[in-house]
Amino acid sequence: MDSYDVPESTPSASSRPEDYFVGATPLQKRLESIRKQTSFIPTPPRRKIPQCSQLQEDVDPQKVAFLLHKQWTLYSLTPLYKFSYSNLKEYSRLLNAFIVAEKQKGLAVEVGEDFNIKVIFSTLLGMKGTQRDPEAFLVQILSKSQLPSENREGKVLWTGWFCCIFGDSLLETVSEDFTCLPLFLANGAESNTAIIGTWFQKTFDCYFSPLAINAFNLSWMAAMWTACKVDHYVATTEFLWSVPCSPQSLDISYAIHPEDAKALWDSIHKTPGEVTQEEVDLFMDCLYSHFHRHFKIHLSATRLVRVSTSVASAHTDGKIKILCHKYLIGVLAYLTELAVFQIE
Amino acid sequence: MSPQKRVKNVKAQNRTSQGSNSFQTTLSAWKVKQGASNSKNISKHGQNNPVGDYEHADDQAEDALQMAVGYFEKGPIKTSQNKDKTLEKHLKTVENVAWKNGLASEEIDILLNIALSGKFGNAVNTRILKCMIPATVISQDSVVKAVSWLCVDKCSGSTKVLFYRWLVAMFDFIDRKEQINLLYGFFFASLQDDALCPYVCHLLYLLTKKENVKPFRVRKLLDLQAKMGMQPHLQALLSLYKFFAPALISVSLPVRKKIYFKNSENLWKMALLAVKQRNRGPSPEPLKLMLGQANVRPLKRKWNSLSVIPVLNSSSYTKECGKKEMSLYDCLNRSGSFPLEQLKSFPQLLQNIHCLELPSQMGSVLNNSLLLHYINCVRDEPVLLRFYYWLSQTLQEECIWYKVNNYEHGKEFTNFLDTIIRAECFLQEGFYSCEAFLYKSLPLWDGLCCRSQFLQLVSWIPFSSFSEVKPLLFDHLAQLFFTSTIYFKCSVLQSLKELLQNWLLWLSMDIHMKPVTDSPLETTLGGSMNSVSKLIHYVGWLSTTAVRLESNSTFLLHFILDFYEKVCDIYINYNLPLVVLFPPGIFYSALLSLDSSILNQLCFIMHRYRKNLTAAKKNELVQKTKSEFNFSSKTYQEFNHYLTSMVGCLWTSKPFGKGIYIDPEILEKTGVTEYKNSLNVIHHPSFLSYAVSFLLQESPEERTVNMSSIQGKKWSWYLDYLFSQGLQGLKLFIRSSVHSSVPRAEGINYNNQY
Repeated sequence: MDSYDVPESTPSASSRPEDYFVGATPLQKRLESIRKQTSFIPTPPRRKIPQCSQLQEDVDPQKVAFLLHKQWTLYSLTPLYKFSYSNLKEYSRLLNAFIVAEKQKGLAVEVGEDFNIKVIFSTLLGMKGTQRDPEAFLVQILSKSQLPSENREGKVLWTGWFCCIFGDSLLETVSEDFTCLPLFLANGAESNTAIIGTWFQKTFDCYFSPLAINAFNLSWMAAMWTACKVDHYVATTEFLWSVPCSPQSLDISYAIHPEDAKALWDSIHKTPGEVTQEEVDLFMDCLYSHFHRHFKIHLSATRLVRVSTSVASAHTDGKIKILCHKYLIGVLAYLTELAVFQIE
Repeated sequence: MSPQKRVKNVKAQNRTSQGSNSFQTTLSAWKVKQGASNSKNISKHGQNNPVGDYEHADDQAEDALQMAVGYFEKGPIKTSQNKDKTLEKHLKTVENVAWKNGLASEEIDILLNIALSGKFGNAVNTRILKCMIPATVISQDSVVKAVSWLCVDKCSGSTKVLFYRWLVAMFDFIDRKEQINLLYGFFFASLQDDALCPYVCHLLYLLTKKENVKPFRVRKLLDLQAKMGMQPHLQALLSLYKFFAPALISVSLPVRKKIYFKNSENLWKMALLAVKQRNRGPSPEPLKLMLGQANVRPLKRKWNSLSVIPVLNSSSYTKECGKKEMSLYDCLNRSGSFPLEQLKSFPQLLQNIHCLELPSQMGSVLNNSLLLHYINCVRDEPVLLRFYYWLSQTLQEECIWYKVNNYEHGKEFTNFLDTIIRAECFLQEGFYSCEAFLYKSLPLWDGLCCRSQFLQLVSWIPFSSFSEVKPLLFDHLAQLFFTSTIYFKCSVLQSLKELLQNWLLWLSMDIHMKPVTDSPLETTLGGSMNSVSKLIHYVGWLSTTAVRLESNSTFLLHFILDFYEKVCDIYINYNLPLVVLFPPGIFYSALLSLDSSILNQLCFIMHRYRKNLTAAKKNELVQKTKSEFNFSSKTYQEFNHYLTSMVGCLWTSKPFGKGIYIDPEILEKTGVTEYKNSLNVIHHPSFLSYAVSFLLQESPEERTVNMSSIQGKKWSWYLDYLFSQGLQGLKLFIRSSVHSSVPRAEGINYNNQY
């Protein structure tokens, strides 16, 4: 096949690529950035190791504790249009009515009536990477007990929260009519997530998509989280690989003592404070060869589906559990990056 | 009978004329444009319009239905010998029409009367009832009349049951319900009948309003429950009563129960979906998919109700959120805004364009042509950004080859793409979201799935720098192009032709409107032309290789030359300073083709190139000033070279001297003695058959034809004969490039102008 080359072009005018997009609209700029993203490697070859507590001072420790040790389902979310932090009370009221109406489909529901559920919107002050990041907020659905004698604050039926940690790349591209909270985490029945998601989509013209984590990003997580300094390990470092075979798929679990994992990492790691792509690859390769030596199985031919460490555990389906208070922001920063990548 | 039929026909006419009117307000604008640009193609390929036949068939069905309804109205004819046969025939007709297109409300009115009046037997009544499927709606009066038949007890129990089931199933299609609600007492009394009870319960469940809940009815229901036990249908009604009047019912009912009435008992499921479809108008949701079980649907399905594209709602919902803070000014201001639901016509849009309430979900504009107009002219960043995000994410979520085993949704995705393409055609502009989507998805595309849609998306890529887009799109497309069938190659060329046309249109508009519009691309004309010329060279490269891979396929050459028919006319048709010639691989393949239509097309293109180059030269002379867009002499030389080759082959019978040069020694080795005139208009393989039939026409009794007899006068007759055979391109080419009034077999004085 002959090579493609453009003969001398007919018009004699010269033009450089940069001539093309002087004063382009923001949409054009976005397209430009997508072109760049698509033509090069999607992720930067190096990232910072999550630093010790980057939480802002005014964070409510109770709320943070509430977010830890729970399994969250991840979604990416496009910017919210005309969302206002001063209307949170009003949003609670409307979402409350919407949920009741959805559950009793077909029957009219009056806004403001007393129902047996309660919706609460509240901000998660200080949950941000930089000052520019918009405030994170939490939505909770509580069941109100029927009997007045009991505690009025019933049990939590569903929780979801919206956040943006170091979301600069996204923030730069939208105007002030939008609020960028690209990462949404939900805990509770999926039917509730669906109803609440629908309400947000209708009200703020945004779009939720499930955020899956591919094996490539899982290995990054494994490396970054192993690199974190943890005072006392609460869990073993565990990897789960899936072997696609019929009739049932076969899972291979590989657990290592966290200190051994850390020792392996330290022997690989060179640049302080940073993780590079080569280091991640090398880390995983070491694990593979160790496994191969013992079991004669090439793990590189299988698919990594879950990574759990003392910092957090993540599943390829887009489920995450954060265990370590210290590295909460660091974990969320990486998830925000993945969410932004998905919506760009 | 006959007056009724007339009425019916008038109605049908009204319906069609209404249809076309609404069509006019929506899509005619782009249809016309499309038509103009495609008219040449259509006339060339001579497509037949199948619509005529189709309408005819519809008319026949209509007549048969009229006869059938008339037959049933008259009642059974006792004496008739083949009564059963006629009855069967008419029943079949009604059933066919009903399941295919639905019945008009007048027809339902008549047939419902017949089914419940007991004129025919039970079996017939059942069949009639089963096919009472409305085309759009059922009139309330028909239902009231039908219920009145139940009172006189002319029909059997099973027919009554079927009637109630029908009523429940069709409840949503009854135009009004006030009168039916007045019969609440009658229906309630029917609960006594054990066989009817479940269905009547369901009907009452649908019909009950707060004022229908009375203490005596509650007592009756509780009695029934005591008698029959906990029946789900009774529970349903009771829980509804309890919802309306909690004080009246102290019995505790199971809260968790969700399904009281089984949908599986619905006999008309398929038909109902079809009616919904008809009533909703053209919808992106295909019929089949609405039936899909919930469990195979991905998560998103449950979120966004039925359709991928959100329903149009004005944004008052969002505004409501700030209700507390709303001042009097806001109130007044709001009353001045124009709700989308009322927007019906283009003049309305123009009058209210400043105070339009935008939809709460921007994606909904995709189904609304008026709002597409709005989106097109408004350069409001948030509006475009909302639409961009919605479309990008939806495409990504819906795209089927992103997900394994998700091919059930293929049809849905195809329809969604079709809707997008319709909108792009309507706006004559591509969406950025689609371009971004192509970047991500084209490398993963198998070249089969949604092929037509995908290639159309390619043809709507907004104008941009070719060298930037090439590695993202065209390199991937080239891989598929070279490894796929000839049909794929042709479709790719076709869509690249459309892409070129869209870019040219856009550029020619942009150049002339620059002072007015705030163009999104601040490009220099030179840069734009460079990008277009790169696209053309790229297609030239694809074509050359494809011609070789497909061993000079005539079919493929047609598509390639179609592309160059666009290319050769850029200077005149689009008023853009660009002339790019075809590569030699294409030119010589076409010149030596065995197909006269290819050669004819080549002649036409050469003729247009000449026109364009002449016009360009003339302009250069007029302007005198050295413009940056003077074509290099190389272009002219190249053209002259091609022209010389063509004239040498076809006309002067000196094929291999100038133009294509082949060493005489090599020619001798081939052993062809008379090679000199073997490629002229008489002996060229694609013209030889014309020459033979020309000679046979002259002297039909001749046993042998003498080709060399075509000379002098006969030569020009022969040419006229060729032109009369539809070779118009050849005619134009010869008229413009060969200046000779008395043509001879050799030694004509052709004059090359340059």
